[in-house]
Amino acid sequence: MTTVEVNGQSREIDAPGDMPLLWALRDVLGLTGTKFGCGRGLCGACTVHLDGAPVRACLTPLSAAAGRKLTTIEGLAPAGGLHPVQQAWLDEGVVQCGYCQSGQIMSAAALLASNPKPSDADIDNAMGGNLCRCGTYGRIRAAIHRAAGAERSA
Amino acid sequence: MSLDVSISRRGFLKGGAMLGAGLVLAFHLPATLKRLQAAQAADAPAKEYPPDAFIRIAPDGTTTILCNKAEMGQGVYTSLPMLICEELEADWSQVRVEPAPAAIVYAHPVFGIQMTGGSTSVASSWEQMRRIGAVARTMLVETAAARWNVPAVDCRAENGFVLHGDRKLAFGELAEEAGRRTPPASVTLKNPKDFKLIGKATPRLEGPDKVSGKGQFGIDVRVPGMLFAVLARPPVFGGKPKQWDSAAAQAVPGVLAVKAVAGGVAVYASNTWAALKGREALKVQWDDGPNAGFSTAAQRVEFQKLAREPGTVAVAQGDAPGALKTAAKTLDAEYEVPYLAHACMEPLNCTVRVDADAVEIWAGTQFQTVDQGNAAKIAGVKPEQVTIHTTLLGGGFGRRANPASDWSNEAVEVAKAMPGKPVMTVWSREDDTRGGWYRPHWVSRLRAGLGADGLPVAWLHTIVGQSILAGTPFEAFMVRGGIDATSVEGASDLPYAVANLQVDLHSPKSPVPVQWWRSVGHSHTGFVVESFVDECAHAAGIDPLEYRRRLLAKHKDPRFLKCLNLAAAKAGWSRPPEKGSGRGIAIHESFESVVCEIAEVTQKDGRVQVTRVVAAVDCGTAVNPDMVRAQIESGIVYGLSAALYGQITLKDGRVEQGNFDDYPAVRLSESPQIEVHIVPSEAPPTGVGEPGTPPIAAAVGNALFALTGERHRRLPLMPVAKS
Repeated sequence: MTTVEVNGQSREIDAPGDMPLLWALRDVLGLTGTKFGCGRGLCGACTVHLDGAPVRACLTPLSAAAGRKLTTIEGLAPAGGLHPVQQAWLDEGVVQCGYCQSGQIMSAAALLASNPKPSDADIDNAMGGNLCRCGTYGRIRAAIHRAAGAERSA
Repeated sequence: MSLDVSISRRGFLKGGAMLGAGLVLAFHLPATLKRLQAAQAADAPAKEYPPDAFIRIAPDGTTTILCNKAEMGQGVYTSLPMLICEELEADWSQVRVEPAPAAIVYAHPVFGIQMTGGSTSVASSWEQMRRIGAVARTMLVETAAARWNVPAVDCRAENGFVLHGDRKLAFGELAEEAGRRTPPASVTLKNPKDFKLIGKATPRLEGPDKVSGKGQFGIDVRVPGMLFAVLARPPVFGGKPKQWDSAAAQAVPGVLAVKAVAGGVAVYASNTWAALKGREALKVQWDDGPNAGFSTAAQRVEFQKLAREPGTVAVAQGDAPGALKTAAKTLDAEYEVPYLAHACMEPLNCTVRVDADAVEIWAGTQFQTVDQGNAAKIAGVKPEQVTIHTTLLGGGFGRRANPASDWSNEAVEVAKAMPGKPVMTVWSREDDTRGGWYRPHWVSRLRAGLGADGLPVAWLHTIVGQSILAGTPFEAFMVRGGIDATSVEGASDLPYAVANLQVDLHSPKSPVPVQWWRSVGHSHTGFVVESFVDECAHAAGIDPLEYRRRLLAKHKDPRFLKCLNLAAAKAGWSRPPEKGSGRGIAIHESFESVVCEIAEVTQKDGRVQVTRVVAAVDCGTAVNPDMVRAQIESGIVYGLSAALYGQITLKDGRVEQGNFDDYPAVRLSESPQIEVHIVPSEAPPTGVGEPGTPPIAAAVGNALFALTGERHRRLPLMPVAKS
């Protein structure tokens, strides 16, 4: 049993300590917003925040989260509301199939938390680990600038 | 409570026939939607749509559209409701969308099965959905008129209400009674100038769910008591398990069972991780079967040899071989593109419960009718006893429309071995990459003879590659005289004015299963034809844009020149590109839309960076313009990933790639700045999901030639080195 603070709530997770957080979230807690894409930290679809820092849930064992604060896409915004990044994503019409977007949004939110006015190069670096097969990258860039208050067009 | 919407299928098909007016009804290659619509219109049986098929209006006015197309990013959960609601006059803020169940009433109006593909959703639903909306509106108006005891013609519908003078009744107050009325015999559709929704950028209805993690993809399905399974599959196509030892797998905590099923050995567990660990621990000895020696390197040699032999003729105009002999200048080039995996972000998965007399399937599928029928066969039930819950698709690109239902059949087999239990079969990324059903490997040989003016007088194109349609339900009407329409599309209908044209085809067989991949045959012909015409332009010493203009000057379809000129103007073709940058152009028609793309590239230490792409698209009426732009952007990035990196190779019968390290895709920093310009049009809509893909590889290759003088005839441009 591992105790983790998930989206502000203390949760007892009954799973082996070597189970990646990804599967503990999805298959044990039923929080399916965090996505499986590659299982090897190559695509970023499973990005969550561990004590505020972005990590790949597919490579992070459950034991590494013991006693720490975990935020998933489901807990990014206060209940019923939207995080500014999520709102910017809607305003720029970013999503297509949407499968990678939980991870994209978590990476973008982490970037803005540490760097409120990122440059294009900062965005390239911070988002380089998040793949999107629908090719929404131009809109992702625009949405991050928008969320940062720059409101630059794509 | 519900609104009865009945409408004649024949009516839609007549509409379809009108779209194709002026075309010859005889079958021509390639088989485009318009031609198929026209060919089918004559003998289609009349068919009534049953009540409640597409629209539900609740007493509170909530209007739910049941969408018969799968949402895989292309925006169909928004564009089809827009078509219905344009005529229905619903209040858009009250509109919701739900996936339609699997039932023949939801069949594609042209293909006759429930499916999403071929960039046809909006084009084929254009008449159908608007008519459904108009029928429903008419019934609501008639109901209100009857209540008020006034003539229906004096009433009108607007924004969810029926109005008469200063009286009004909400749709929600009328729907139940309206549903009992006889549908009108005919309806008149709006004049496009009166459109309120169509043509207006409309945010996707499922957008809020997708940014908050609530959207349910196939892999997110959770059913009480469900198990998770992964399958150990043969490493060689056509192989099978010889023997296996499951002791170590069974010892993994969470693993519940290990069973041999059709297709391999399945590990069942209480969670995905345990199933994956169990499979790692499983020891299987495989019988590799007859394909253990297969390699794409040997296949290349075979294809190259075939490309120098005459194939089955797809089109022959004039005397191409004769004209080649007497041409002032000749060109002869060989092109090659590899097998490609679709690599949807959501790995394949499918949840199934098999009971004695029923099957329930939860999946993101593009192919409900086919999957339903195949599941019924495996489970020994009738197709109507198979329920399919269509989820959101984490990418489709054709992979989730498998003509043999490979992944859903497999999941049915896996679940059938656990009767009564819902089982999700999950594919790892490596499973997904190595699972076959690729875009075919193609080799093309092209020869051109140029006249004194530098323009081609002869064009000969020999295509070598596996048939996608052979053996599928589409074979009957899309393979004729040994020509698979999808093998030659984009080549046999060369838009350029060449008096002597010959395109022939070899369709060799191979153990590697192939399938449509975003833009199907156009994914290779767009690259090959548009690169080779660029070679001709340079050989003639004529600017590639000007060369295409001359070749398209007399084309009966003005869209080509419109797109060419719009893209050229927006890209600033008349000004030279920045120093160190090369610019290339390509134009291609696919899925009845024309797209021109101009790419700007730089190259440093062998790395190609595409910095900017300007696209012009003519897709008829742009129903949801921002979604059209998004789809063209998407098609460009998808095609760019393939052009730069994409290749599946096999050695010793085994696929050499597995994950995003050796099968990479374009990342944000590599994504060009993209501008999409839509040619204004009031013509009926044509495809947008795929047409952005075909021109990009050629535009990039042509830009590289302009920059470096090196011609790229083989993709990908930056293959990942094998270890």
